[in-house]
Amino acid sequence: MIWLIWALVFCCFLCLYRVGAGPTPPDRTVAIDIMGTLVVGICTIWAVIRGKDFYINIAIAWALLSFIGTITLAKYLEGRGLDE
Amino acid sequence: MSEPLAIIFFVIGVLFDLFGCIGLIRLPDIYNRLQAATKCVTLGTCFILFGAFFWSGFSAMGIKALLCAAFILITSPTGAHALARGAHISGVKLWEKSLMDKYAEDKEGKSVAGKIEKA
Repeated sequence: MIWLIWALVFCCFLCLYRVGAGPTPPDRTVAIDIMGTLVVGICTIWAVIRGKDFYINIAIAWALLSFIGTITLAKYLEGRGLDE
Repeated sequence: MSEPLAIIFFVIGVLFDLFGCIGLIRLPDIYNRLQAATKCVTLGTCFILFGAFFWSGFSAMGIKALLCAAFILITSPTGAHALARGAHISGVKLWEKSLMDKYAEDKEGKSVAGKIEKA
């Protein structure tokens, strides 16, 4: 079942290509957001393979931080300050 | 709970993720990329989390997986909506073969109405 993790790592490299080659800043932001969601999937499959619960905790924390980062970058793209 | 069902869910989820990332590479425009990648990857990761729930049942890991799936289903469309709005406000152009731009029409209509009220 380890090949599922390799497929998700390949997806992460596709996202990294879009981070490097994206012509505008929102392209790079979308790719970073998608990569955070992919890391949640990687942590979940790794928890199932290893049989340890605490990788799921890492997945929940990663989803929270990825959401906060995406919202912050979206506010920056709109041109508003971070404290409005 | 049921391991073959869990493995079927894992495979479906990884396929959804792969198609979403291929859409992120291949599509021509920020808005098209946002639509393809966000929907496919959100559903794929939720399939993976439901697979973890079916693998371990109502244990601590299964309940945490359900919680994480609900959280991703709420937050990922919110982030995508904010990003699309931010990209449109910061002035990213649409693809040249796009047919309509309802958000720009809406903003222009509001500004025209405001001018009429001021006059």
